[in-house]
Amino acid sequence: MAEPSKTEGNPAGPAEVVTPNVTEVAEIDVATESAAVAAIEAPAERGEPILQVRNLVKHFPLTQGILFKRQVGAVKAVDGVSFDLYQGETLGIVGESGCGKSTVARLLMTLEKATAGEVFYKGQDITRLSGRALKAVRRNIQMVFQDPYTSLNPRMTVGDIIGEPFDIHPEVAPKGDRRGKVQDLLDVVGLNPEYINRYPHQFSGGQRQRIGIARGLALNPEVIICDEPVSALDVSVQAQVINLMEKLQDEFNLSYIFIAHDLSIVRHISDRVGVMYLGKMAEIGTDTQIYDHPTHPYTQALLSAVPVPDPEARTGRERIILSGDVPSPANPPSGCRFRTRCWKAEDKCAKEVPLLAIPERFVSSTTPAAHESACHFAEEKNVVHAV
Amino acid sequence: MTIIEETSSVPTPRSGDSDTTPLLEVRDLHVEFHTRDGVAKAVNGVNYSVSSGETLAVLGESGSGKSVTAQAIMGILDMPPGSIPQGQILYRGQDMLTMSYEERRKIRGRKIAMIFQDALSSLNPVLSVGYQLGEMYRVHEGLSRKAAKAKAIELMERVNIPAAKARVNDYPHQFSGGMRQRIMIAMALALEPDLIIADEPTTALDVTVQAQVMDLLADLQREFNMGLILITHDLGVVADVADKIAVMYAGRIVETAPVHELYKRPAHPYTRGLLDSIPRLDQKGQELYAIKGLPPNLLKIPAGCAFNPRCPKAQDICRTDVPVLDPVTEQDGTELPGRGSACHFWKETIHG
Repeated sequence: MAEPSKTEGNPAGPAEVVTPNVTEVAEIDVATESAAVAAIEAPAERGEPILQVRNLVKHFPLTQGILFKRQVGAVKAVDGVSFDLYQGETLGIVGESGCGKSTVARLLMTLEKATAGEVFYKGQDITRLSGRALKAVRRNIQMVFQDPYTSLNPRMTVGDIIGEPFDIHPEVAPKGDRRGKVQDLLDVVGLNPEYINRYPHQFSGGQRQRIGIARGLALNPEVIICDEPVSALDVSVQAQVINLMEKLQDEFNLSYIFIAHDLSIVRHISDRVGVMYLGKMAEIGTDTQIYDHPTHPYTQALLSAVPVPDPEARTGRERIILSGDVPSPANPPSGCRFRTRCWKAEDKCAKEVPLLAIPERFVSSTTPAAHESACHFAEEKNVVHAV
Repeated sequence: MTIIEETSSVPTPRSGDSDTTPLLEVRDLHVEFHTRDGVAKAVNGVNYSVSSGETLAVLGESGSGKSVTAQAIMGILDMPPGSIPQGQILYRGQDMLTMSYEERRKIRGRKIAMIFQDALSSLNPVLSVGYQLGEMYRVHEGLSRKAAKAKAIELMERVNIPAAKARVNDYPHQFSGGMRQRIMIAMALALEPDLIIADEPTTALDVTVQAQVMDLLADLQREFNMGLILITHDLGVVADVADKIAVMYAGRIVETAPVHELYKRPAHPYTRGLLDSIPRLDQKGQELYAIKGLPPNLLKIPAGCAFNPRCPKAQDICRTDVPVLDPVTEQDGTELPGRGSACHFWKETIHG
């Protein structure tokens, strides 16, 4: 599995990545590190890209043998994903389970080392940073996890959980006033500040997710990555958490990457939406472009399958029922990855990988259908609204 | 001659006249769990009925008692700690709660079958799916292993599992989530029951697979004219398949209505709040309406209407008097068939 190295637009000029998943020894001198830290800590202007992801790849090796491990293949969890996140906006990422959306989140958090590709945070490639600069990046990108029942340590009090980030980044809150800071955070997310000495099991699911959000906010980050933050919650509590997240975004000028499989919630909260399929971005655009004018057949199928809570609206809607399951990411189909389930697939789809670009037929027009879509036969189709 | 024809077309009634007796009727069912901290009242007087070919959706959040009711119907409730202090569950007019263990066993699986939520943990990981599907025939009908396996292949084909013959000896982990759920459906269908209870059958699945599974379930229901009780918290899924809906809150049914009516004009503030709090795919709204507060603790359900601490319309009467499920009428008093609301102020909720 040879990795094409991607060099476009990279100021550092990376070395050839020959062996994936092997940590390179980065040699960064003090001067460049300080420059990087300064760039990271500079405030971002509203509307400029804060996070730029270019051809991000993550392959998990499949090995055989115990003593002499040899690689027999790779699970191509993320296979060339590019997108931008602008300051102050919410980018929704949707897709079925196994499409790689959570791996993207882990790569952006640098919890996982990318096989190839770059992630620029304010112009600095975070996949190559280390030491002080990496620590500064991690302070500015925080995460809210999916399951509020397992992502909080049951042996720590709420105060310890929310205050733990301060132990790692003591410059944010001096030792003396940490307790007050934690109480402020509890207040911000709508919990009683007196609950500071309680344990997670004393809270309901919605309250726990608020604790998770407070922990994410503790270090005043600029970007918060939310990996399915409401999917474990009851319907009536989901709305509370979504409203809270929108309020916090305005208050603290946050940028969100909102990963979810519930398309209705993603539409509600997102400014732009990316649709992922088997490790690749199938279509990306503003919420109106994606939901009202989808051009990729996968997006159309996904949207048409969502049950709408209105029996009147369902009668006029066309439903596309896909056959079969998502292919294995260890052995994805050649060409377009969606071709095995696509009703438009032709020979071309098996041979050529469609690029994520504005389809040719829409390039010169200004209709909402003119947005990036990775399909050879992109065509607009209304599937959400009753005809 | 004509007399014989008439009687033969009607299935032999077990008691009384089967046309008016619903397939399954739950009357004033109560279920409690005795725990160290006290008595948790999971179900507090539930009434509903299902007829052949009908789909009843039971809607509610976690802890509303929707799954416990289903377990009580199937007779798979853990007793103790659970107990049924009051109520009746009538299958074709016969109370299942007073039946002997053997009698109940004859109904379970053969007449009433259940589809569980999490297919991976409901299937036995160390037995092949063919063996597990065939078990229904071996136990209930005394078929041989070979005949049971042939039947299992037939079943897998019926729920559209490709290459059923080759896959009959595979184990559950070798199937994808959607296929496992199909196998669960196949198992429930095996003996062609009169009634299927599906407890959150698609919650763990992706939307595209969810659509496949719900379609399959609806087709099979039509084919066999089965009754279906669909337990879910997803208002979207309900809108697609249900005939009538029962909304549960804190162990009670707070509203019943035919599907179209419920979405158009909810008659209970809880239903209204639920409908307003879900974002819509086809329109981008402003701030979502959120029901304030949390679902009640079943150990101490609030006095009066259980929803009163979260209700925007709560008055003094709501804190003292438990509202009964009143029939809902039009403003001029015309009856709305099948509609009921357990709210003191249903008139204002639906008409004002």
